[in-house]
Amino acid sequence: MSDTVIQVENLSKKYIIGHQQEGRYRYTTLRDSLTGGVKSIRAKFLNPARRNIPNPAREEFWALKDVSFEIKQGDRVGIIGRNGAGKSTLLKILSRITEPTTGRISIKGRVASLLEVGTGFHPELTGRENIYLNGAILGMSKVEITRKFDEIVNFAEVEKFLDTPVKRYSSGMYVRLAFAVAAHLEPEILIVDEVLSVGDAQFQKKCMGKMSDVSEKEERTVLFVSHNMAAINSLCQGAIMLDAGRVVLIGTAKETTDKYLSLGIEKTTSHTVTFPKPVNSPLWIESATIVCEGMASTQLYMGDSLMIDIVFNSIVAIRNPTIGFVIYSSQGDPILNANNYYQKSNLETIQSRNGKIRCNLGVVPLMQGTYSLSLWLSNGTQDYHFLENALSFEVIEQDIWGNGRTPTGNISFLWWPTDFHLLGNGML
Amino acid sequence: MVSQRPPELVIEAGRTEQQYWKDLWRYRELFYFLAWRDILVRYKQTAIGIAWALIRPFLTMIVFTVVFGTLAKLPSEGAPYPILVFAAMLPWQFFANSLSESSNSLISNSNLISKVYFPRLIVPTSAVVVSFVDFMISGIILLGLMAWYNFVPSWRILTLPLFILIAFAAALGAGLWLASLNVQYRDFRFIVPFIVQFGLYISPVGFSSNVVPQKWRLLYSVNPMVGVIDGFRWAILGGGAQLYWPGFILSVGLVTLLLVSGVWYFRKMERTFADVI
Repeated sequence: MSDTVIQVENLSKKYIIGHQQEGRYRYTTLRDSLTGGVKSIRAKFLNPARRNIPNPAREEFWALKDVSFEIKQGDRVGIIGRNGAGKSTLLKILSRITEPTTGRISIKGRVASLLEVGTGFHPELTGRENIYLNGAILGMSKVEITRKFDEIVNFAEVEKFLDTPVKRYSSGMYVRLAFAVAAHLEPEILIVDEVLSVGDAQFQKKCMGKMSDVSEKEERTVLFVSHNMAAINSLCQGAIMLDAGRVVLIGTAKETTDKYLSLGIEKTTSHTVTFPKPVNSPLWIESATIVCEGMASTQLYMGDSLMIDIVFNSIVAIRNPTIGFVIYSSQGDPILNANNYYQKSNLETIQSRNGKIRCNLGVVPLMQGTYSLSLWLSNGTQDYHFLENALSFEVIEQDIWGNGRTPTGNISFLWWPTDFHLLGNGML
Repeated sequence: MVSQRPPELVIEAGRTEQQYWKDLWRYRELFYFLAWRDILVRYKQTAIGIAWALIRPFLTMIVFTVVFGTLAKLPSEGAPYPILVFAAMLPWQFFANSLSESSNSLISNSNLISKVYFPRLIVPTSAVVVSFVDFMISGIILLGLMAWYNFVPSWRILTLPLFILIAFAAALGAGLWLASLNVQYRDFRFIVPFIVQFGLYISPVGFSSNVVPQKWRLLYSVNPMVGVIDGFRWAILGGGAQLYWPGFILSVGLVTLLLVSGVWYFRKMERTFADVI
């Protein structure tokens, strides 16, 4: 039984990006359309020869370009790629939320997609009511929901709170309930987008177990998007890697995730990286620089100080730009994070449309190895720009204590400057 | 566990049509669930709850009766003036509520639209269904008024469902147009309340449409709610009320056109909703 259940041929999706004028973005207003229409008619009338002049305010953006692959029944396939690689667009097209621009997909079987946890949950309604509502939104009939009701409640472990409005649920309970409904959908094809990054570790494990059960015992097909390579490796047999809307690699989960991790590091060997302005974002990081011991460099000697300089830009003047970053090991383990959302900083006094922010980490006790860095920028209420593996740097062995001995690299991620200090002598 | 295997689904640009009506049927329970959600949520944490559905039309009816019946002394077609007003108030409130609810429905459910697939037609339609529930509840006031004035309707009351259907079609047709326009042009957030406010005065709610001079009657019927309201009065008031047939037929024709074009435009715009909203 290995029929092809999903066949994707030359799939492309184009978005038109409007470059809006300052201060106005996102919504088209009627006036824009009317004046636009009048202008184009007048232009045609006055100058009929000059047709199809590219409009500078409208730019094409291919979120997916010529993507082809096929998936067989019972396969568990991971989809990986950096942010903006087209993963979410692909899932949205597969789940029929949006239409492709060109290309063709044929799907055999009922598709259930879980692109976000708790879509359609209403905070005012009770757990019981939400199970029915959410089930109906995902395409279950009332009879079907009633039949599975107990199973869903058991899986979510929310028996006691069934008649409490979900607005009073803890976020963990909320996620459990939402996943439980979707997991009991009995689709032939289950599409899951990164939803398991929320919820506690134990529940994540339970969900992964449920997903592999579903696919092993019942021959269901699972498509799973995640940034967590360990999760992809443990759940999926195969994986597809996307970059800039194209398929880069289709292979086993191991091959693909290894390639992904190595790419994340190879891609950025320069100490300063500039980033394109993201679509529709009023606030973005223009460039970031790694500064080691006062000099722009990607080579940090153990014991030297580390700084990250970030140049931001905004359409409107903002106060208190909020920057967060996480440093990862070459295996993708998060080592440390910092964020002025949590920590007090003097960025609150900023009121500007652009600027350069220096994040001074001081001496970071990292052991030798390669590390990468992800960056976030927000205005304190909403994340506007997320750059995964934006920068990377290398930590090079150095004789920190000046005694000719250095610890070996595979002991741990961090070395720690410790004060060894005698409290008593000969007292025992 | 071998339910019949669904046929192969093909996704291509401009090819979502084929499965659409089948899907609409498969998701039929969602009409009910979305309406049920909105009704449940609407009166949560209110002190008098569903009584709001009675108080608003009741007070409006009193004001209209005093202004048009007692002060302006307009004719009442042989029925008590409150009943004349309320027979029009029912379909008008239904239309006005449906219009504002359904035109906002896609925006207020934007999280659903951008994250889950289902035939989008369900969203504005179930908003109309919610207003229909209010309509049925405020129907109780009409029964109360009839009992109070000892008013016995004639056989014509049996034709009322037909006029309710026309009112439903008018509300849905206009709602679909405004809902899909609202996704693209948020201007309609401001236009809709204006239509509703304005419409109350240019529709024969507070007065009988017989007040309108004969030569303007046909033009007046271009407002599709004129036909709907006249139909309601004809069915409820019995005897004295007369139906102006040319105008009524024109109104019904326009309602049909509104509904058909509404569905057409909605279907045309639907495929871009998730990208634009």
